[in-house]
Amino acid sequence: MAQKQVTDQPSVQELIAKSSNKKQKQLVEKLIPIILFIIASISVLTTIGIVLTLIVETIIFFKDIPVLSFLFGTEWYPFANKEPAFGILPLIAGTLKVTIIAVIVAVPFGIGSAIFLSEYASDTTRRIIKPILEVLAGIPTIVYGFFALTFVTPLLQQFIPDLKIFNALSPGIVVGIMILPMIASLSEDAMSSVPNSIREGALAMGSTKLEVALKVVVPAALSGIVASVVLAISRAIGETMIVSLAGGSTPKFDFDVTGSIQTMTAYIVQVSSGDAGYGTTIYYSIYSVGFTLFLFTLVMNLIAHAISKKYREEY
Amino acid sequence: MKYINHESVVKRMISRLTINKVFKVIFFFATLFALLTLAILFYRIITQGVGYLTPEFFQNFSSRFPAKAGIKAALIGSIWLMFVVAPVSIILGVGTAIYLEEYAKKNKLSDFIRMNISNLAGVPSVVFGLLGLTIFVRALSLGNSVLAAGFTMSLLILPVIIVASQEAIRAVPNDVREASYGMGATKWQTVVKIVLPSAIPGILTGAILALSRAVGETAPLIVIGIPVIIQFLPTGLLSQFTALPMQIYDWAKRPQQDFQFVAAAGILVLMIFLLIMNSIAIFIRNKFSKRY
Repeated sequence: MAQKQVTDQPSVQELIAKSSNKKQKQLVEKLIPIILFIIASISVLTTIGIVLTLIVETIIFFKDIPVLSFLFGTEWYPFANKEPAFGILPLIAGTLKVTIIAVIVAVPFGIGSAIFLSEYASDTTRRIIKPILEVLAGIPTIVYGFFALTFVTPLLQQFIPDLKIFNALSPGIVVGIMILPMIASLSEDAMSSVPNSIREGALAMGSTKLEVALKVVVPAALSGIVASVVLAISRAIGETMIVSLAGGSTPKFDFDVTGSIQTMTAYIVQVSSGDAGYGTTIYYSIYSVGFTLFLFTLVMNLIAHAISKKYREEY
Repeated sequence: MKYINHESVVKRMISRLTINKVFKVIFFFATLFALLTLAILFYRIITQGVGYLTPEFFQNFSSRFPAKAGIKAALIGSIWLMFVVAPVSIILGVGTAIYLEEYAKKNKLSDFIRMNISNLAGVPSVVFGLLGLTIFVRALSLGNSVLAAGFTMSLLILPVIIVASQEAIRAVPNDVREASYGMGATKWQTVVKIVLPSAIPGILTGAILALSRAVGETAPLIVIGIPVIIQFLPTGLLSQFTALPMQIYDWAKRPQQDFQFVAAAGILVLMIFLLIMNSIAIFIRNKFSKRY
């Protein structure tokens, strides 16, 4: 029986002869790396595309608007009929207001949760809480924007009667909630990778868990924690929908967080959802704002990259 | 001979232990804050939206009247969008990951590609919208079609898929590759028949999570000019369309109070859509993941 089965199948020699279509095989083996390289270069082309697009259209914009008045102008009235003003500082001020409020919310809560999860929580608690944080990170920003507009703003208005419907405070807080899981989970990763022997050493010297956390684990994981915060700041700067829905569209160069603002991202959305004709100064202005935004986030990402690379402690 | 003041040691111990306990509670509440926010968010959206979640809501197009507004065009539009984004982004992402993990030599070029991918992941989505507007909508004159939006979204989630696929491919141990070479397989045969099959659960999980990001992403769609009020279903890849987050954005912006409830109902549909996608990802991860 067993003998018969073997004879039914083609012999090994036959199989080899059948598949030794050598030339075709060699061709495939040579072509595949080239095709894969072309695919891999698309990600590089995307970056080049982004940078070129932004630079080319921004240069056209600067033919209409002098560079200096764009960089240092404190008034942004692109839709004014008589004398439109294109000074980006009000938009940067709006972005920074939201980002700073977000950081104030997210850093203490994010690092607090990271310490709790990494140093205090039991395995079971961690296994329950981490997926919930992932859910929080996966919620679309449009949903957060709706939440800011319909829940957080009315809630804050009960405590701050002067708060306008559109303001910097409410989207700032909600952006903070949005970046919180990112800080918590990246910082927790950094803290968990601190070896247990160091913890045990400190505990054996009579430290309490808090002292182990603050004097041993956090300093050892500091580069990872700082990198996570910088990455989160970059996310907050680029956040669009929350500020578009709840921030308003009044670019102002001041420090007021209770009134309507406009961020760089929200301006791009405002122009895109209206119908600014192709080729107008307003059309090109979204590229110049986009370019500024791109530079801000790029610098943040490079800083985060450098921190986590340079100060990574090896045990 | 008494160097240690017993009383002061006890006092200090008690205060240190108390501080430890206090901070444990503080850290716990910091964690609770995120969970509580999530609970409030879900509670608010469900109570606001569930009343509008009727069969008509799925059968109607959007309307000026809250009671008649429906999500049909947006839901179908989002599904169309996925049919473009899924193949494009997965082919590009997995291809790049195979190149970087299996073929690329360790040199400056491949380091540059890796560095570039991690930077691309940090570019704000609204900037991808500007890229899509210039390249796909205008230069390739695809207009505000399913295809233009799909390409833009594919590039946006590409870094996520690449990184997830790289990790999945890296997790395949070298022994099995060497065993395959030892049996006379070529490199490509090894990749296709040995590496990819065991990396596929990881790749698919990452891809589905990335796709669910594309489903919820709004900003690039606004920038490339996807309309919100559409009274027909897309007929092809070059057809105009609208998507779930665009529709929600439009409703949330409207001043009438009732539209807030419509927006909440739209968000519920979006969340259910995402929930289904994520359940598939978890199912794949649990069912097919193989450990060596």
